[in-house]
Amino acid sequence: MTRWGARAGPPLLLMLGALPFAFPSGFVLTTATLLLLTAILGQSWNILGGYGGQSSFGHALFYGTGAFTTALLQVRFGWNAWVAAAAAIGAGTLVGAAAGALVFRQGLRGSYFALVTLAFAEIARVLVASFDITGGGFGLLVPLHRGAASFQFSDPRLPYWIAWTVVLAGVLLTIGIERSRFGARLAAVRENEDAARALGIAPVQVKTVCTAISAGLAATAGVLYLQIFLFIDAANGFGVGVSVQALLAPILGGLATPWGALLGALALRLMAEMVHAVAGGLAGIDLALFGVILILILRFAPGGIAGIRLRRDA
Amino acid sequence: MSTALLLSALVGGLANGAVYALVALGLTLIYGVLHIINFAHGSLLMLALYASWILWSALGVSPYVALVLLAPLFFALGYALQRWVIGPAGQGRDANVLLVTLGVSIVIDNLALAVFGPATRTVDIPLATSTIDLGVMYLPLPRLIAFVAALLLSGGLWLLLNRTDLGRAIRAVARESDAARLVGIRVAHIHAVTFGIGTASVAAAACLLLPSFYVSPDAGYAFVLVAFTVVVMGGMGSFPGALLAGLVIGVIESFSGLWFGPSLAPIGIYAAFALVLLFRPTGLFGARA
Repeated sequence: MTRWGARAGPPLLLMLGALPFAFPSGFVLTTATLLLLTAILGQSWNILGGYGGQSSFGHALFYGTGAFTTALLQVRFGWNAWVAAAAAIGAGTLVGAAAGALVFRQGLRGSYFALVTLAFAEIARVLVASFDITGGGFGLLVPLHRGAASFQFSDPRLPYWIAWTVVLAGVLLTIGIERSRFGARLAAVRENEDAARALGIAPVQVKTVCTAISAGLAATAGVLYLQIFLFIDAANGFGVGVSVQALLAPILGGLATPWGALLGALALRLMAEMVHAVAGGLAGIDLALFGVILILILRFAPGGIAGIRLRRDA
Repeated sequence: MSTALLLSALVGGLANGAVYALVALGLTLIYGVLHIINFAHGSLLMLALYASWILWSALGVSPYVALVLLAPLFFALGYALQRWVIGPAGQGRDANVLLVTLGVSIVIDNLALAVFGPATRTVDIPLATSTIDLGVMYLPLPRLIAFVAALLLSGGLWLLLNRTDLGRAIRAVARESDAARLVGIRVAHIHAVTFGIGTASVAAAACLLLPSFYVSPDAGYAFVLVAFTVVVMGGMGSFPGALLAGLVIGVIESFSGLWFGPSLAPIGIYAAFALVLLFRPTGLFGARA
């Protein structure tokens, strides 16, 4: 069975890798950087929602943890940016493991899981917006200090290539999960939890590990966002918009496929730019279109872009 | 802390809680029968707020009068949404339905933003600023009306479900949809009717809310999590539970605002929500899930 995702994914990633040679800076590069960040966040959602079968409505919790931890450690405690970044990814992974253990131990799944993750992210958003140490209503601004040692580059191509490498790592990670024993356990739990338990698999443990991996990747996206834009506030980090962005890309691109999140992120970005060109600055119109597309995909193409068949040999 | 302050926080919380209960009634009906979590509920509330606001600003229709017009209109909208959008696209999977309703809410919210812009709008009717002296505080009259309306609406919904043929059909579908199909009930139609009634309820809530509230494209969002909290806490599908839980949530919010300051007030609600979901997903008041 040949699917579109495996065919289109690798050349697309190669082209994106070469893009900075044609556009060394400016609008195209910034747009492409955002695309890569969306792809990373989407891949993170895909690991939990696609491979794990647990639809989260609160992925902002992990993304925001990454962005805020690294910002906080640098701004308030003067940590080196790279050390702070590593700590932030670790913190995101821990938050994922804790949230997963708590939620799955209580046996929550389906819409209950979605709602409780949303509640967690909202609690984090309100907390962060309420205290001065986390920037309160204003957010945290990392002081400008260009240089490789402080993870700030004057050449915008370097962070782009770092993000690109993380996208590649995410694709390899999902391929690795697909082929590993862990991936087989995850699929078993996703398809039939009771049957999996009967086979000796511990569903709570498998889903918790899956959440931790997914959260670590989401936190990485948050760290990259912070280091590129050097600013984060409660809505940018923990807002519902982040959680929605996280789920749109892989659902559109193709759930439980290695290339789905990237294809979805590209499609979303292209559509946003096209709508922008046609409708101008009319706020909200691009998101309204995304909503329509989400419904249409769920209705007519549950496999997303990557699931479109090339040959009828399935 | 003075008794008067606590008492006024309690009354204020109860008054807000009645509004929450009012908004949550339609949501709990939809959950109880269709077993789906309608994420678009807040957006439909916002849409009804705008509809009511337009009727007032263009034609001078009071929101309380607009209710009579908007409830049937939103029944039709809800019916169509469930019959032709949410039902077919959800394909019967729990998480899928949630994503479809999320899609619907994204569309409604952002179309409202594109059409009306981000400005906050209010209606200005004499009744909106009337108050009742309760001794410890002044209670805005619209809040009292909302309180009474929440009681009436939940009573009306209970009667509809328990004392009419339509109600019997709805309960049959909620209990055993396959068996209901076998005795000749059109399940897809009943699902859509239920969604319509839930949507009409939220339109009624919007009309009762508008005089003491505002409308903006994100107005629904302020209510959607609260409404979920009320529904889950009250036991999904239970009207008396929703009513009671609405009041409890209102009081929790009011007291957490009093103790932790206004910016942290929502924490009380979200924490209650997460705790109930984690430890009592069948609701606090013992209702069947």
